Amino acid sequence: MKEIGQVLALDRPRPPRIEKNPPGLWQLAGRRFLRHRAGVMATLALLVVVAAVTLGPLLFVPRDAAFRPDPLVINQPPSAEHWFGTDQVGRDIFARIIYGGQISLAIGLLAMVVSIVVGVLLGAVAGYFGGLADGAIMRFTDAMLSIPGIFLIIALTVFLGSTLPTIILSIGFLNWMIIARVMRALFLSLKEQDFVMAARCLGVKNVRIMWGHILPNAIAPVVVTATLTVGEAILTETAISYLGLGIQPPLPSWGNMLKNAQDLIWSAPWLAIFPGVMIFITILCINFMGDALRDALDPHMRL
Amino acid sequence: MARYIIRRILISIPVLLGITLITFFLLHASGDPMAVYASNPSITAEDLARLEKTYGFDKPVYVQYLYWLRNIVTGNWGQSFLTHQDVLAMIFQRLPNTLILMVTAFVFTVVVSVALGIYAATHKYSVGDYFVTGISFFGYSMPGFWFGLMLIIIFAVKFKEWGLPSLPAAGMYPIRGEPSLVELLRHLVLPVAVLSLNSIARYSRYLRSSMLEVLNQDYVRTAHAKGLAGRVVVGRHALKNALIPLLTLVLLDIPFLFGGALIVEQVFAWPGMGRMYWEHAVWVDYPVLMGILVLISILVVLCNLIADISYAFIDPRIRLQDAS
Repeated sequence: MKEIGQVLALDRPRPPRIEKNPPGLWQLAGRRFLRHRAGVMATLALLVVVAAVTLGPLLFVPRDAAFRPDPLVINQPPSAEHWFGTDQVGRDIFARIIYGGQISLAIGLLAMVVSIVVGVLLGAVAGYFGGLADGAIMRFTDAMLSIPGIFLIIALTVFLGSTLPTIILSIGFLNWMIIARVMRALFLSLKEQDFVMAARCLGVKNVRIMWGHILPNAIAPVVVTATLTVGEAILTETAISYLGLGIQPPLPSWGNMLKNAQDLIWSAPWLAIFPGVMIFITILCINFMGDALRDALDPHMRL
Repeated sequence: MARYIIRRILISIPVLLGITLITFFLLHASGDPMAVYASNPSITAEDLARLEKTYGFDKPVYVQYLYWLRNIVTGNWGQSFLTHQDVLAMIFQRLPNTLILMVTAFVFTVVVSVALGIYAATHKYSVGDYFVTGISFFGYSMPGFWFGLMLIIIFAVKFKEWGLPSLPAAGMYPIRGEPSLVELLRHLVLPVAVLSLNSIARYSRYLRSSMLEVLNQDYVRTAHAKGLAGRVVVGRHALKNALIPLLTLVLLDIPFLFGGALIVEQVFAWPGMGRMYWEHAVWVDYPVLMGILVLISILVVLCNLIADISYAFIDPRIRLQDAS
């Protein structure tokens, strides 16, 4: 007697041919990302910016140009020698943008790490365990969402001093709420899935289920949010540095370069233009990249 | 309906308490409220101890919180360390200026983004649609304070150089001359443009997608089928439903409008509450900072409450779902 499986297989239409090496999630995502032209261009532009601020100081921008005042070249408009002009004590704006970029980008990245760690942890705990923990964490999230972050960041930088760790931590700790909500929703639905039930039946511990089984399935929104959070963190840093409470001179940041620029806006407008252009281009590229990543990682969008 | 409203009000009380708890303990954990006195050389250690006692800073933190909460509820918001004026009076002196700025920007934002959103949705994939999308991407990525500086360079500095009618770059009224409504409006143009840009970018995109969703619904097709003019279908049938989700978004955004106003007030030297917050933050003027934070929290919770209630009024589905 034939096996039932074989009989049934004869009745069925032929299954679609299976590729030998079916592309995995990341491979598919990579292909989709490469199709997003704006996203690819933005990523390339961003790489240029990152390369300029990391390699520039090593290769072609002398430290003195950014830090040592030169009374002979005060407030000069852009020229062949000083591409972006000089500031009110004769420092080269281009060099300061390169050095300031290191600080602004580093703060953006590190603050993002803080936000993502806090947001994923709280969201995962709330979604996975539910009940009292969920209620408490989500009410806390609601309350945090209701406080305009910039007010608290100002207060924190004033009280704790405008040091790099303070700035990074206060920006990071005040921007984790959205990712926490997203994570909670994902954990809430994923924990009901069969693979979690299977893991639980095998006696896998909660911690392991959360980080080993559920989180990998929720990684796409984390990647997208992380990208966009870098942009938001850079915007926040430049804003508080512009207010004079962030990075303190003589250390340059894209934000505090604009603070000095405003007093001289009538006589030396180029001081205000270039640092802002850099912020704008960087944020724009990050947002385009985040958009492309969102499309690329969306499992509902096939190639 | 009454039950729904009462329940919403009861829910918002713990949220409000939570906000005050967070702000109080964050500021308390991070700062020494006596720092402004400690740095003064003419104040001795004994004076400091006496001051701490007067302000209650020698008590445990949770006792301080309860005292402070009692004072806030009874309307005693303390005195500024810097000017020794009553904090509540100081805030109410500045709040109207901020509200002028915010309300104008709010109305402008809603009008412009609804217009852009409808246009983009009804002209899907046209040049104009891509233009709106492009604008919204730019607006979303633009650092507000820098946009302000650029507007100042163009409309205040350059226009004056070129002999064109220029706009003022700072303040609410000219330093010389009578304050008038015309002057106020002229001074409002640039700050409102900056404050609205980011929200216009987000709302127009949001409305575009919710409009597209609604335009695909059967009742819109029915309206078209029974021969109503396109304008009536879009304006009366589709827009109403597309606006409901936007309403929540807009009301929940109000805290961030305060944050934006703070920066805009700084750029344009607007004598509002955000600027006062910044001025007093630099001097670690604890009572003023706490006062402004509490006031904003109250306004925020109030906005959320209004959002919830108006939502239920507009959309009967919410009300019924909640009653069952």
